Amino acid sequence: MEITLNHYLAVAAVLFAIGLMGVIMRRNLLIIYMSLEMMLQAANLTLVAFSRFNDHLDGQVFVFFVITVAAAEVAVGLALIVALYRLKRTTQVQDITTLKF
Amino acid sequence: MDIAWFLLLLPLVATVAILLHLHRKPDMAIFASVGSAALCFLIALAVAFGGLPQPAPFEWITLPGLDIDMGMIFDPLSKGMLLIVTGIGLLIHIYSIGYMAHDPSRGRFFGGLSIFMFSMTGIVLADNLIMLFLFWEGVGLSSYLLIGFWYEKESAAQAANKAFVCNRLADFGFMIGILTFWFLMGTVSIKPEILALKHQENISALPQVGTIINPGEIAPNHTPYIISRHGTVPVTSTLLTIMVVGLFCGCVGKSAMFPLHVWLPDAMEGPTPVSALIHAATMVAAGVYMLCRVYPLLLLSPLGLNIIAVVGCFTAIFAALIAVQQNDIKRILAYSTLSQLGYMVMAVGCGGPDAAMFHLATHACFKALLFLAAGSVIHALHEEQDIWKMGGLSDKIPLTFWTFAIGMLALIGFPPFAGFFSKDYLLSVAHAYHPGFYWVGVFTAFLTAFYMTRLVVVAFFGPARTPAAQHPHESPRVMTIPLILLAIPSAIIGWPWLGLQGYFHGWSDGVLRVIQPGAAAAPAEGNILFEMILPGGIVLLGLGLAYYLYWGKATDPLNLKVLANKFYFDEFYDRSLVGGQQLAARFLNWIDSWILGGLIVRGAAYFSVGVGEIFRLFQTGSLQGYAFFFSLGGILLIYFTLFAH
Repeated sequence: MEITLNHYLAVAAVLFAIGLMGVIMRRNLLIIYMSLEMMLQAANLTLVAFSRFNDHLDGQVFVFFVITVAAAEVAVGLALIVALYRLKRTTQVQDITTLKF
Repeated sequence: MDIAWFLLLLPLVATVAILLHLHRKPDMAIFASVGSAALCFLIALAVAFGGLPQPAPFEWITLPGLDIDMGMIFDPLSKGMLLIVTGIGLLIHIYSIGYMAHDPSRGRFFGGLSIFMFSMTGIVLADNLIMLFLFWEGVGLSSYLLIGFWYEKESAAQAANKAFVCNRLADFGFMIGILTFWFLMGTVSIKPEILALKHQENISALPQVGTIINPGEIAPNHTPYIISRHGTVPVTSTLLTIMVVGLFCGCVGKSAMFPLHVWLPDAMEGPTPVSALIHAATMVAAGVYMLCRVYPLLLLSPLGLNIIAVVGCFTAIFAALIAVQQNDIKRILAYSTLSQLGYMVMAVGCGGPDAAMFHLATHACFKALLFLAAGSVIHALHEEQDIWKMGGLSDKIPLTFWTFAIGMLALIGFPPFAGFFSKDYLLSVAHAYHPGFYWVGVFTAFLTAFYMTRLVVVAFFGPARTPAAQHPHESPRVMTIPLILLAIPSAIIGWPWLGLQGYFHGWSDGVLRVIQPGAAAAPAEGNILFEMILPGGIVLLGLGLAYYLYWGKATDPLNLKVLANKFYFDEFYDRSLVGGQQLAARFLNWIDSWILGGLIVRGAAYFSVGVGEIFRLFQTGSLQGYAFFFSLGGILLIYFTLFAH
């Protein structure tokens, strides 16, 4: 069976959906964070796939940038989570509800 | 600078000085005010007899299509009026020194008189309608200030408001008249030569060149073309009529014609010298003067002239009827003033501006005299104004009585006093125009004789009816000398060999000759029966009837409620206009507080608050809830973008 663009896109969509479900359903901030990264990689996957099937390198270049920025963002995000843990002694989202009316 | 400008400057300087400082020093204020009035009278004499030249106008407002100068007109009309205003003004200033001697705020009073002299002189001399309107409002202001001089008295404050509101109402029409004038004529100047020119332009715009439109007679093919600053435009003569009626509106307010007559009797709340100066002799005559000033253009609208004549005629008889049943000495005189002003306005409408001015001049003398003498009576009786509480004054205050009697005889037109000549000339003009006006005029003359005799008989003869009337004291000399000085012209000024009638006739003749070359306006040749005998007889009839009815009576044998209540006009206006205005105000208040304030202003605020309350419910603080809604929104967005079509 030949692997076509649609296959890649389907995998990316599934990956994105799994990530989204993880963000919505899991309670632990770290897991949510990992799910978020998964959604990001789903987007990267589509970019690479389009790049590959259109014979065009722009998408791949773009993915490098995304990965770089994501790495920086992870550093900041994890730092925030650590700071939050120090303050609240928890990483469960249902305990972090101060920002409401 | 020309000396003539001092006519305006002096009273203005006196006013400003009193306003800023001198009102706290009554004697200085009196000196400034009376001094300026005396100097003005001297300058007026120089203008009238000494040939003082007309000052050069100076530019005031210059706009494209509108040039307004501040200038003066010295013609027979304004010279005559100027002498009346400054002469009588000076006498009343002097009289006021005595009359107001015990009033602590008399400085303010004389300040008001000076504003009045400033504004009134301005009206008389103004050479364009804008300047005239400015001073027109000035006399309105001084009238307001002086009617309400005793402002702590509720009725005086109310009367001042009433006068001001009535005049504002009329001035609105006057402004429409001025604007129409400007639109049609392309100028606001009222210099005689310019008016004559405009008259001719408008007449020659008619198809038959040289058609002379006499008052009351509409020329055949009175085709609606007019030369305005927009060229010859096909506006109908309706616009001319609007102009004439608009200008007349100003007169209706200032001269208290029906239906705005209600303010003048109430204006008697002011001090008596004010009633004499402003509300009898000069200011209320300003409307008549203004009509005479623009007379050449009034001739362009026969319909407008007819309206003027009818309103004047109706006011004359209407006010005379009311005067028959009034008991306040000043109010009787006030209604008499209304009635005489009606005569003058009727004369203008009947095509006799000279008759109107002649009567204005004699009326100014004897009505000022009557008011001042009435003031002397009131002064003698310690502020008593009800004629039924007087009686027997004729031998106790003889000087006041005799001067009052001269004024009264002049007013009713008893020969050979001034009113006899002016009223008869006026009636003959009315007769030449339409006999209907004449007969109403004659009946008014009968009523005038009746109510004035009633006033004199009740107030001055018979037994004294109250303690105050038993021991009156004659007024000081500073008050009686002006009375005597006014009694002399009241008696003689109308005599034909003094030439006052001829003077004003010469003026109007000159005006007509310029605007209608070749058509020398013949003097209205009246029938001796209609002009002299009938009015004279009717005066005697009125005099005799009132004498017969009122001699020795302690109460009024006539009891006509409808006249005593002034045909219920005040009540009618209270109910309809004031009530209606209150109703409208309440309605507008409701709209303001509920529709504007409630629905729109507070409604918008409550709407934002309400929407905010609803959206607040989504702010649960649950991170995953937010993520869920966010992704739901994303999914919906994608769904609608891809599949909605």
